Amino acid sequence: MNFEFGEDQNLIRDQARGFLNDNCPPEVVRRVLDGDELYAEDLWKKIAEMGWTATVIPEEYGGLGLSYLELVVIAEELGRACAPVPFSSSVYLATEALLAAGSQQQKETWLPKLAAGECIGTLAYAEGAGQTCAAGLAVSVTDGKISGSKVVVADAQIADMMIVVASSAGGDGASMYLVAMDQSGVSCEAVKTIDPSRNHANVTFDGATAQLLGNEGEGWAGLERILDRAAVMIAWEQLGGSDACLEMAINYAMGRYAFGRSIASYQAIKHKLADMYVKNTLARSNAYYGAWALNSDADELPLAAATARVGSTQAFYYASKENIQTHGGMGFTWEFDCQFYYRRSKVLAVVIGSEGQWQEKLIQATDQTNAA
Amino acid sequence: MDFEDTAEESAFREEARTWLEANAPTEKELSGMDYMARGKFWQKRKADAGWACIRWPQEFGGRGANPIQQVILAQEEAKVESPETGMFGIGQGMAAPTMMSYASSEDQQRYLPRLASGEDVWCQLFSEPAGGSDLAALRTKAERDGDDWIVNGQKIWTSGAHYSDYGILVVRTDPNVPKHKGLSYFFLDMKSPGIEIKPIKQISGESNFNEVYFTDVRIPDSQRLGEVGQGWKVALTTLMNERASIGAGGGGTRFSTVKRLAQSVNINGKPAIEDNHVRAKLANWYVQESGLKFTSYRTLSALSRGDIPGPENSIGKLVGAVKSQDMASFAIDLLEQQGIVRDSVQDEAFAALFQDTYMSIPGLRIAGGTDEIMANIIAERVLGLPQEPRMDKGIPFTEVPTGSG
Repeated sequence: MNFEFGEDQNLIRDQARGFLNDNCPPEVVRRVLDGDELYAEDLWKKIAEMGWTATVIPEEYGGLGLSYLELVVIAEELGRACAPVPFSSSVYLATEALLAAGSQQQKETWLPKLAAGECIGTLAYAEGAGQTCAAGLAVSVTDGKISGSKVVVADAQIADMMIVVASSAGGDGASMYLVAMDQSGVSCEAVKTIDPSRNHANVTFDGATAQLLGNEGEGWAGLERILDRAAVMIAWEQLGGSDACLEMAINYAMGRYAFGRSIASYQAIKHKLADMYVKNTLARSNAYYGAWALNSDADELPLAAATARVGSTQAFYYASKENIQTHGGMGFTWEFDCQFYYRRSKVLAVVIGSEGQWQEKLIQATDQTNAA
Repeated sequence: MDFEDTAEESAFREEARTWLEANAPTEKELSGMDYMARGKFWQKRKADAGWACIRWPQEFGGRGANPIQQVILAQEEAKVESPETGMFGIGQGMAAPTMMSYASSEDQQRYLPRLASGEDVWCQLFSEPAGGSDLAALRTKAERDGDDWIVNGQKIWTSGAHYSDYGILVVRTDPNVPKHKGLSYFFLDMKSPGIEIKPIKQISGESNFNEVYFTDVRIPDSQRLGEVGQGWKVALTTLMNERASIGAGGGGTRFSTVKRLAQSVNINGKPAIEDNHVRAKLANWYVQESGLKFTSYRTLSALSRGDIPGPENSIGKLVGAVKSQDMASFAIDLLEQQGIVRDSVQDEAFAALFQDTYMSIPGLRIAGGTDEIMANIIAERVLGLPQEPRMDKGIPFTEVPTGSG
């Protein structure tokens, strides 16, 4: 049994943590949260210099050709730091879409730039409130020109390219398109969200040039595959955030005194923090499973991804809200950092579909896998 | 990252499998034997061939195996049809490690091989009516009389006392010092005069535990383990091995069986499995079950590497017991009025599985450390949080406040 990370990955984790401690302290998150920046561009450049954006991209496209085990270790540390950068959009979604469905030419055009972090990518599929499905898609492409609107697209205003899921007359009802953002016929309008440390915008296409990505009418199945893969990586970000919350809550509780003793000595607090530890531990073990399935391209990836996704989403929500609770009134102030994780936990909870959708995918996957 | 054996592990697995397949007792060999006799038969055969208590040193009946080999053997044994040997668990898992640390070498030679071979069954006499979670508050007393100690008092929750040959016992030898300092630890012959054993009937209807009464029971001082007054320290050796040996429980009440039930009963005229509320609940339980499974894989990986596992595995019973309880309760709800029927003959599909779990699982949330104590252990030993202030600290045991319970 060797169900654990190797020395190389542990080394990358240590390096990543050290790097983010130096380059993404809470002041950087706060700067983006409070200010007008759409993301921490200086941090993004340094992340690209570290090669993180190139991790799993094959060497022929300018990447490092490393495995997903290295990438999830980095994801965990980015989550722990609550980094205000478009890593999830560009690396887990846009890059994955190109790797999975891109033509040789599309890969050659975009992957080297994505690897170098010169270019930021994202993916858009939602069109309004509630669950989006292939049948109701309004965004459509005619003769290579795309029209319609996508809502609340992460990092849309800073993206150079966007993978757009649009309607298709045939197949599964959807096709994926690649749209360069830097052209007329694409406009973004910022939206105010519960997490201003990340950029989100509504995007309107009005006859912009769009290239088919993958096959016509296979867009929804393609999207599902990309989301399964992204779910594992996002689960690791969520897990990093969950552990950060647990550590913050422990540190605060130890130092906070009430009725003559540390509040960390009260069972009401101890049991809350023990619960947090239990949820984080189960989520971590499921995230290991997800990482293994992603890395080995296992048939059970949809099940492993949904399991990791549901576990980490629940753990992060619990840890982020109970971290505020443990801090008492101060946890509710703008001055304290608890808010970073409470905001981010909800953004990550819905970015690729809510907990309920993944619970549903999980049960469907157990019908396919002979799950005990 | 993978789930594969190392070459060495794989060779050991093959060796274990080959032996088990060739030697697991047949029904013919076991015919006419009761539960205990079957267990003893199988345990003796394993011991004779060097497959019992394999982690123990060879001189005590083991083969000095490492922890991962023990796990592999258990995995392979679970795959063959063989008698239950759970009755030896307390003796082999808790008494033996304590004997190895504290007994004289003559006593180790005398008792340990018989524990390994299943010839002797041991029980653990720790809990008392006044000492549950606060185990060190126990009151059964032992007074010195020449070369013996005379024991009076009562123990409770003693699994297997009625069929045990020996027991390990913690008693109060000095009530005038603070509670942890006045305890001493012994082993004794369960056939000693003055011992009375009464089964406890549980809410499940079963009787897995006993009350054990001591009236002027004599124990030779030579059967004391550790110094007089050091009993708590010795008991901790035993307890460290206990929590590891109490599993997550719940038996057959798990994701797969509850899902199967949800496919077989209706909600609003359609199979319950099509109901979103049912699916969401099932998904959450799947996530917990999977989380526990892969947590144990992480523990095994640490063992495989030759490391001491991290604290992850301490969560198994805490998560597993409540999960089983909630699943059983939910399964009964799915069955509606029919759900309360606990009759394995009438219930052809599940043989009263969920009802049995519902009635037995409250015990698992208490045994070997209540959910609350387990949460305290995680909070204190894993997360490093401080203990609650204690009212009994530093004062003689006789002056500790007591209630009516």
